[in-house]
Amino acid sequence: MNTAESSLAKKAFDRLVSNKLSLFGGIYVLLLIVLAIFTPLIAPYDYAYQDLNLGPSGPSAEHLLGTDTLGRDLLTRMMYGSRISLMVGFLATMVALVIGVLWGTIAGFAGGRTDAVMMRIVDVLYGIPFIILIILLMVIFGRNLVLLFMAIGAVEWLTMSRIVRSQVMSLSQQEFVLSAEAMGVSKKDIISRHLIPNAIGPVIVYATLTVPQIMLLEAFLSFLGLGVQAPMSSWGLLIRDGAVSMEEYWWLLIFPSLAFSLTLFSLNFIGDGLRDALDPRTGPN
Amino acid sequence: MISLILRRLGTAIPVLLAVITLTFVMVHSAPGGPFDEEKAVSPEVLVKLNERYNLNEPLVVQYFDYLGNVLQGDFGPSFRYPSRSVTELISIGLPITFELALYAILFALMLGIIAGVISSLRPNTAYDYVPMTIAMAGICIPSIVLGPSLTLIFGIQLNWLPVTGWGDIPGDKVLPTITLGTAYAAYCARLTRGGMLEILNQDFIRTARAKGLSEFRVVVVHALRGGLTPVIAFLGPAMAGLLAGSFVVETIFGIPGLGRFYVEAAFNRDYTMILGTSIFFSCLIISFNLLSDLVAASLNPKLRDQ
Amino acid sequence: MKKINIASLLLLVFLSACGESESKVDSALTEQVLYFGNGTEPKDLDPHTVTGVPESHILMALLEGLVMRHPEGLDPLPAVAESWTISEDGKTYIFTLRENAIWSNGDQVTASDFVWAWERMLTPSLGSKYPDMLYDVVNAEEFNKGIIKDFSKVGVKSLGTKILSVRLKNPAPYFLGLLAHYTTRPVHRPTIEKFGEIDTIGSKWTRPGNFVGNGPFTLEDWQLNKVLKVKKNPLYWDADKVRLNGIHFFPVDNATREDLMFRNGQLHVTSTVPLEKIEVYSKQYPDLIHIDPYFGTYYLRVNVKKAPFDNKLVRKALSLSINRKEIVEKVAKGGQIPAFSFTPPDPNSYFPPTTLEYDPVLAQSLLKEAGVSQEKLPAFEYLYNTSEGHQKLAQAFQQMWKQNLNIDVELANTDWKVYLSRQNIGDYTIARAGWIGDYPDPKTFLDMMVSDRGNNQTGWSNYEYDNLLIKAAQSPSQEERFKHFYKAEQILMDELPIIPIYTYTRVYMLNQDVKGWSPNLLDSHPYQFVYLER
Repeated sequence: MNTAESSLAKKAFDRLVSNKLSLFGGIYVLLLIVLAIFTPLIAPYDYAYQDLNLGPSGPSAEHLLGTDTLGRDLLTRMMYGSRISLMVGFLATMVALVIGVLWGTIAGFAGGRTDAVMMRIVDVLYGIPFIILIILLMVIFGRNLVLLFMAIGAVEWLTMSRIVRSQVMSLSQQEFVLSAEAMGVSKKDIISRHLIPNAIGPVIVYATLTVPQIMLLEAFLSFLGLGVQAPMSSWGLLIRDGAVSMEEYWWLLIFPSLAFSLTLFSLNFIGDGLRDALDPRTGPN
Repeated sequence: MISLILRRLGTAIPVLLAVITLTFVMVHSAPGGPFDEEKAVSPEVLVKLNERYNLNEPLVVQYFDYLGNVLQGDFGPSFRYPSRSVTELISIGLPITFELALYAILFALMLGIIAGVISSLRPNTAYDYVPMTIAMAGICIPSIVLGPSLTLIFGIQLNWLPVTGWGDIPGDKVLPTITLGTAYAAYCARLTRGGMLEILNQDFIRTARAKGLSEFRVVVVHALRGGLTPVIAFLGPAMAGLLAGSFVVETIFGIPGLGRFYVEAAFNRDYTMILGTSIFFSCLIISFNLLSDLVAASLNPKLRDQ
Repeated sequence: MKKINIASLLLLVFLSACGESESKVDSALTEQVLYFGNGTEPKDLDPHTVTGVPESHILMALLEGLVMRHPEGLDPLPAVAESWTISEDGKTYIFTLRENAIWSNGDQVTASDFVWAWERMLTPSLGSKYPDMLYDVVNAEEFNKGIIKDFSKVGVKSLGTKILSVRLKNPAPYFLGLLAHYTTRPVHRPTIEKFGEIDTIGSKWTRPGNFVGNGPFTLEDWQLNKVLKVKKNPLYWDADKVRLNGIHFFPVDNATREDLMFRNGQLHVTSTVPLEKIEVYSKQYPDLIHIDPYFGTYYLRVNVKKAPFDNKLVRKALSLSINRKEIVEKVAKGGQIPAFSFTPPDPNSYFPPTTLEYDPVLAQSLLKEAGVSQEKLPAFEYLYNTSEGHQKLAQAFQQMWKQNLNIDVELANTDWKVYLSRQNIGDYTIARAGWIGDYPDPKTFLDMMVSDRGNNQTGWSNYEYDNLLIKAAQSPSQEERFKHFYKAEQILMDELPIIPIYTYTRVYMLNQDVKGWSPNLLDSHPYQFVYLER
């Protein structure tokens, strides 16, 4: 890493930190990750232990966030659930991001026949019935969380690639790219140094929006038997279960939803901050 | 532009063929079949049923038979609803889902673009934070929570709107539209904001401002054109996603739309219906993607040559 | 067009804010239309090809068989058959059909209508799902399996326009009960032949306008996933007694939505109640919530081909360590009754042996006796289809087995079709299952566990058990039959290839305007007895 690059990175980092909201978001997410990692050590109860005599009970001193219909501690289940949801959300988004950005950039930059073929492949993948695909994947690979991330990521990149492609296409006509081409900069360098950094804004926005979608999709996939198995849970599943009993046991919906929403807000603050920080055109403010 | 349309329509055929082939292979290799029921069918009956639906032939033969039928516009009878053809089921569900999706997307665009533009004009002020916070909340609330909550408030507590149906009781289209549209409105808002921020930083906007054009003109005529590019790129897949993803909302509100047929077909292993709806959705996706490319091209002159 | 729609959409928000003063249930009082929450969308309305409960609700309105079920009990009442005689050996039935039994198009309902309908139902190429309902008739099974091609050899004959004779191969005291089942009801031959052959599946004869039935109601309208409407049939022989003018069957497969519809006054009767609400409603609306006993059993299938579950001691240990009382009271919470036998105790005075109990200490010693310890028992899978209720139970079993036997169970949920196909091919260890009796007799349960029956699926096969069921079939008296069933059930509960958990209840909401609706084991409520009054 040369000095010019490192100072650029430092500038970006400084800008990121100076944005209070992103800083708050970053701290929150970091805290959450630490909490998720140490959950087995610090969780107040066993996530599977049912107190059938207690049943569903509201927040109390013993159970800070109440218990679910089988008398299990909600806080504990949310802590364990965060492990699954954060992992699924981040990993699948990563997969989607990497495939989508590469695919979209190459298609958009190459244009012509390559672009046409690549985008038609995207169209084909859009058309395949997702549920059947998941059921088949389960048969082939069995129940496996890693597979779950891949399956979700493999579907979510499609829209990402379309967004990146349209961005790259409009960028590649712009003067700084054209002049770089004229100066004989290699295609690989143009893509990695000019196109991707400049297209990154909408990509980050879309990526931060993809995370919640995936967390909720995970709950749907659990319906098919892919994903977490009871008695383990995830935020998506907790929210789903909470939604059916919101009139009777409000805490089962409110607390998981709050945790979920706060995380997403934080992610978006980080996303916005990152976008502003990385944008080569915004000067230091 | 016409040549673009023609080229895309030409490539639609291999795309559809690929979808049909992949889907065909997939549905036939998925565990469980259309005749698996709680009361197990005797082997004798199963043989007869397979004969009747041509399922006893080798897969390759079935595949070409199916292709032949599709070419003649015959998608076969549904397995789940034996007295209905796939075509009939799609024609029942499509208008309803289409209407729902259309309202939802209009709702989303209206709300989303306005919120996105407002927040992009004064970034990092209250004008930015308030709409964006609401937008984020919209994304955070999944429709399985939003739908029932809205119904409980407006349908049961206030008794203003019907809790179920589509076109039966006046007002029964409001809650489904809002439930389906909210998340997309939030997306539109965020994408609009992002796109607008990119554009507003560019030279030609500064030039336009320097020329003394009114702020309204600068924003609506000049900036919005380019600023909406990400929204439009998103619109094609979003519209297709709305059509396919309306399943949840249709289930919550009991709307007899295509989304339910599509998802239930997969759960019922309704082979013909899965294939029929997949082909149909692929056509939709191809057209919507084409459409959104065309709109993008017409908004952004630089893309027109592509 | 589109513009108007959008404008009206916005307008309607304000219009509807005024609110409807009268709910559908209110106006139904004068219209006498019953709004019926009917679960899933019916597959079809052909009594010979459908299998589901929603279909049975609709077919009860549209078609009438020789007999019907008494609304309060289960004894058969005369329906199309005015009277009947049974020969002394219990093998020959002569039915006299009503003179005034006619089809909704004015045709007479004749004995040959029944003969043809049963021929159709038994025709192999139709692929009927319930042919075994008539297997007690002489040669019916042989015809259905293609061994006999000539239907005149089957024991059902028309002895005149209104006289039907049925010969059985063995005395079957439950036979009249079978005749109340929709699959044995007549169908209108000219209509079916107008739209296809005798063995055409899914022809258009079941559509509104085409459908010709002989029930108290006729098909008025059928909008898929929306509503199916039937209206009073003026030509029905007992039309004077029918007080409802119509029934609207709503396919509502989502319990939450159904609940909201009921509370909003859009339904008179629901098909279910959301799990979470059962307890609350039992306190809040004790007059509206109904918890009726039901002729069904929730049980676990054990794959006896898989070690160590091939050892009956292990299966017994599993059963002994389930606290059924706690399951019913703390988990299922729907008023279910702990089951200690496969056949639910039924009012026809068959009381099955009840030897299953909760005894974790005995369970542990049995496990020890079988030589199974936690180290030797690899984690095994518990298969269930995805549903909130099944999942709760699965987790409760998991905890009980862990606590009482210290064995680990992995829960595996799948979608419905995978769940069915895995059991079908024996690719499971333990699976949940449920069975609702088709007719009020222990045979509908016990016959299922005979070796190699389609729904056995456990790999269990017991010569003595099979023999007892054959003996029961040949018994001339009900008393003797039940004795054989009792012995068979004892074997079953000793071997435990299936572990009964509880007897189902039917939990639903019923508007108090609905009169003439009596709870019964088979959840059968003939509509000619139902009316609305406040």
